[in-house]
Amino acid sequence: MDMDILANLSVGFGIALSPYTLMLAVIGCFLGTIIGALPGLGPSNGVAILIPLTFTLGLDATSALVLMTSVYYGAMYGGRISSILLNIPGDEPALMTTLDGYPMAKQGRAGDALVISGVASFVGAFLATVGLMLLAPLLANVAYLFGPAEYFALYLLAFCTLGGIASNNQAKAALASCIGLGIAMIGLDNQSGMPRFTYGNLHLMDGVDFLVAIVGLFAVAEVFFFIESHGKNTSIGVVLDKVRVPWRDLRACTGTMIRASGVGFVAGVLPGAGASLGSFLAYMSEKSIAGAKGKFGTGAPRGVAAPEAGNNAAAGGALVPMLTLGVPGSGTTAVLLALLMTLNITPGPTLFTDRPDVVWGLIASLLIANFVLLAMNVPMVKIFVKVLMVPPAVLLPGVTMISFVGIYSLSGSYFDLTLMVAFGVLGYVLRKLDIPTVPVILGILLGNNMEDALRRAMILSDGDVSFLFSSPISIGLWVAAVAGFIAPMFLRGVLKKPQAVTD
Amino acid sequence: MIKTTLRRVSAGVLITVGLSGAAAAAECIAPANPGGGWDFTCRQIGKIMYDIGAVDAPIQVTNMAGGGGGLAFSHVVNERADDAELIVAASSATTTRLAQNAFGGMTADQVRFVGSIGADPGVIVVAADSEMNSINDLIEAVKADPGSVAFAGGSAAGGFDHLKVLQVLRAGGFDDIRSVKYIGVDGGADAITQTVGGFTQAMTGDMSEVVGFLKAGEVKALAVLTEERVPGFEDIPTAMEQGIDVVAVNWRGLYVPKDISDEAFNTWADRLAQVAASDEWKTAMEANGLAPFTKVGDDFQNWVDSVVASTEELSREIGVIQ
Repeated sequence: MDMDILANLSVGFGIALSPYTLMLAVIGCFLGTIIGALPGLGPSNGVAILIPLTFTLGLDATSALVLMTSVYYGAMYGGRISSILLNIPGDEPALMTTLDGYPMAKQGRAGDALVISGVASFVGAFLATVGLMLLAPLLANVAYLFGPAEYFALYLLAFCTLGGIASNNQAKAALASCIGLGIAMIGLDNQSGMPRFTYGNLHLMDGVDFLVAIVGLFAVAEVFFFIESHGKNTSIGVVLDKVRVPWRDLRACTGTMIRASGVGFVAGVLPGAGASLGSFLAYMSEKSIAGAKGKFGTGAPRGVAAPEAGNNAAAGGALVPMLTLGVPGSGTTAVLLALLMTLNITPGPTLFTDRPDVVWGLIASLLIANFVLLAMNVPMVKIFVKVLMVPPAVLLPGVTMISFVGIYSLSGSYFDLTLMVAFGVLGYVLRKLDIPTVPVILGILLGNNMEDALRRAMILSDGDVSFLFSSPISIGLWVAAVAGFIAPMFLRGVLKKPQAVTD
Repeated sequence: MIKTTLRRVSAGVLITVGLSGAAAAAECIAPANPGGGWDFTCRQIGKIMYDIGAVDAPIQVTNMAGGGGGLAFSHVVNERADDAELIVAASSATTTRLAQNAFGGMTADQVRFVGSIGADPGVIVVAADSEMNSINDLIEAVKADPGSVAFAGGSAAGGFDHLKVLQVLRAGGFDDIRSVKYIGVDGGADAITQTVGGFTQAMTGDMSEVVGFLKAGEVKALAVLTEERVPGFEDIPTAMEQGIDVVAVNWRGLYVPKDISDEAFNTWADRLAQVAASDEWKTAMEANGLAPFTKVGDDFQNWVDSVVASTEELSREIGVIQ
């Protein structure tokens, strides 16, 4: 087993260490950190905006995946910068970092906070990548245990857990899922080949392209919000002089980083939980370990290290269910799943045997990206601080342009552009109503697969519904799904969740 | 996922259409995006034709995806019906869809099928530990209890993989084909996984889809649906030698517009035959898991007509078309 991993990893490095792939990783890390640092543009928006670029550039599967996961990891690193300097989380997983990061910055220790959080991010992401390496192949062997009934339960689990945690209101999450599932029904019926809900429109025959929906719901909606707020969150509040490495603090935080990585990784592996929960749990557990002496909330270095290690570890952990089961563990991995499907790679139990080049190339480049990110985010952090001063007048047209050009280059169809803007409006309205958009995306992404699984199960069982609960695996998944949907309702009071999760 | 984005005819194609009278080089339309089987057909055949000197100028490949090939078909029928310098990539999927009226009322006789020069043989496999050892064991099991044998394939219900099974069962004397359980999954690998996992009892697909699993010893092939055993897989018996008279292969070939002269039609048939005989094509087939399947000219057109007729009849019987 261990030898296998080493052999596979060397294959992976063979792919990842080509100059071209390395260059993509560096570009991805750079763009990702910027996207993460800019308030409002989180990893899922960032990845969604940049996906069309991979098609314009004509990248192959491995290259596209390397670029996008570098952006993903980069955004997880970058989110902390505006948390610390502006008290505005660059993305939602970085929310917890504001609690101690901004107080540190106000005490004149902004540089220390950035370095500590950068190193913590590295530790979290590195350990999570190692965890992904060890855990993913084990999960990959379950392929033969999954029939239609099990797949149906698995998709249900994804909706229930992501839906349960993505909103402060179960009903709103369920509504969002149903909107997504409804959109997925548009197009040719997979089983009979008959068109559904197309109203004779040829453009709708192949269904709604999820990339159009994603870019609309995330990027275009973001533009609307920028317009509404006049991009007011871009003035810099704290002065950053010199960046030195606070060795003493780093040593004191070692235990925290390792523990927080473990907590974050587990949170990431659970389908639907994602990075925000990872950073939240990591912070809370470290806070309780430290007790009153830890002075969490007043600018404690450990309070900066814990959430950053936690959210980066969760980002790596979320790749495990995405790659091995095809079930995204977070909003961003849902977007990455869309990318994979567009590249004609079906993540799932067979991915590791069918496309080892993709998987191990990805894992190797994640390891490389981590070192690149450490270099970028500690010595070169000042560059990214400058980016925070980009006026919205520049940023906003840029995002809009990339969205339009990207989607047009996908299909060359004005229809898709109209549809994208319509999704932008939908995204804006949904967010105003506090209805999460991630379940909508999940519905569009997985709706057809879920329906197919259900219909296959019904064919095999001659329409017997009890077939859906006929194996220990499916029963377990059903139980987990119900628990995942209901539990947050009770835990919400206890945990006092910071905010909706949309990383 | 049948989620290929419906693409509109690109501006480049429209310009080409306008100038088609003046164009010197022939054009091959691949009715799909780059990378798929039709794209492969155009690029390989086009390249080899030029390399072996069958044509004077390199053949230009145009990708025209949409409607599962319907967009390209309608373009050829409506706008290029007399263009002698046009060839279009086709396969079993083309004729299946035409037979099932999936191209908005257009029919197979609106173009001329000029030839096929390779095919991915149809094959039926079961899990390695299955008690069934021949195609007749399988047919007997279905006859005994149709509900006890579920098939998995990479195409949707009514698609080519589904029809293969029905043809085999009917040839074996089982007529109640509507009672046959079939689930369409996302490709051959998925279908095999379901079969090895015991969720379905047999898998129907193409040879190229099962090769890896055959070599790994996870499945055994009951029959290959060709006239003769496939080179490289001589230990797999054909259905015909087991008394089941079915040939079902996913052929790779070309059609041309309807109104070109017989002379132009025969020229393309002859060029295809030259490609089929070339070493370059043999290498390309080997690299892509194809077996030789050469039928050109009127011979091929007659064969396609009979395939379309039987597909139509079978599809009507299982209710895919009215």
